[in-house]
Amino acid sequence: MAKGDVKLLGTWASPFALRVKIALKLKSVDYEYLEENLRGGKSELLLKSNPVHKKIPVLLHGDRPVCESLVIVQYIDEVWTYGPSILPSDPYDRAIARFWAAYVEDKVWLSMRAFMTANDEDARVEAVAKFKEVSVLLEDAFVKSSKGKPFFGGDEIGYVDIAFGAFAGWFKVIEKALNVELFDEATTPNLLAWVVAFLAHPAIEDIIPSTDKLLEFATNVVLPSIKAVAPASQ
Amino acid sequence: MTKGDVKLLGSWASPYVLRAKFALKLKSVDYEFLEENPGGVKSELLLNSNPVHKRVPVLLHCGKPISESLLIVQYIDEVWTDCPSILSSDPYDRAIDQFWAAYVDEKVYPSMRATLTAEGEEARAEVLTKFKEGLVLLESAFVKCSKGKRFFGGDQIGYVDIALGAFNGWFKVIEKAFNVKLFDEATTPNLLLWVDTFLAHPAINDIMPTTEKLLAFATSIAFPFPAIKAAAAARIS
Repeated sequence: MAKGDVKLLGTWASPFALRVKIALKLKSVDYEYLEENLRGGKSELLLKSNPVHKKIPVLLHGDRPVCESLVIVQYIDEVWTYGPSILPSDPYDRAIARFWAAYVEDKVWLSMRAFMTANDEDARVEAVAKFKEVSVLLEDAFVKSSKGKPFFGGDEIGYVDIAFGAFAGWFKVIEKALNVELFDEATTPNLLAWVVAFLAHPAIEDIIPSTDKLLEFATNVVLPSIKAVAPASQ
Repeated sequence: MTKGDVKLLGSWASPYVLRAKFALKLKSVDYEFLEENPGGVKSELLLNSNPVHKRVPVLLHCGKPISESLLIVQYIDEVWTDCPSILSSDPYDRAIDQFWAAYVDEKVYPSMRATLTAEGEEARAEVLTKFKEGLVLLESAFVKCSKGKRFFGGDQIGYVDIALGAFNGWFKVIEKAFNVKLFDEATTPNLLLWVDTFLAHPAINDIMPTTEKLLAFATSIAFPFPAIKAAAAARIS
């Protein structure tokens, strides 16, 4: 069910655009997806809709633009009020959810970039250690928020699941390409299980790009563009 | 009106702490303010309440901690609902509020910090130019959000007013210390007016530290703003 014309400007590999796709899927919102070709030059529509940052994703709801992925997810939750809530209903739980989403925003993407720019074994080991510092805190947050259920949001995918889970495809790429484990039984057993549950969720498995497709993209596009990595030794 | 015991951990000069204070004042919430000593040793309470970031402000509501200034403001708005709203009631306007508040944190604070720490006239002039470009964007945001009224929030102080306005004391410090104008009739006429309107608001006026006090703080030994000390020294000599 749509409430008026909805469009999403995004790129297929972007975890930030994926957050919005997940939210729209959870709310069963019909929308038109417009793929931006960022390397070909940003579209007029993107530049007009997000003149401040000129970045995707941008949600256009009846021609009114909403920018910044987490702001868009909250907007979707507040407009399409039927269907499961993405944010918790209690103000305190909501503050905690927003806190951890902001933490993910601050720390996770940077950690992942550290992997992509690691050009030797030492740098890779350091990137793993730094990611671990972040994931251990999120493990603890998961235990408190989930209260024994499969997601940060409890029985259903919630705000932090979306914020963090949107990177799950890229976690798999890093694990495959660099032969590392980002989550493990010893330090992050709950997150290890959560990644599997998240990727298997009906709203997610349809729309998350495959690891192979992302890996190809990373190898051919992302890595050359950030002048990274010597080939791993056999 | 309290709904249970409220404490705020903060430091008097921090614009982030001011955001929380403004929100509590606007909602007439009684609370206990616990001053953390800036640059000093962090209290047990702070380290226990905000173990992730170990920084102020932290709101403690019935002992439960909420960290991050903008999250605290949103929480206050959502709990104390029998007073004027801080965030807009319409979801689209609320998204715009969130966008500009995030912009303030992403762009305004780093620009401000860069201005305060730039070494030498030339470096400072360059940073100031960038800073003012950001303020021009906020001018245009103000025109759209205020719809001809006095605040970003319209007739009442709103979320973006609090997010940006908390820095007004420090904006005055920059203007005084370096003899510059951050806002002007030519490029930011509405914000020029807004700064004074904001600072004169009864909920703000009582709480905002004076420029003199902030300037003294900035030039004190405890604080790493050598450029301000140099500028202050140059004025005295």
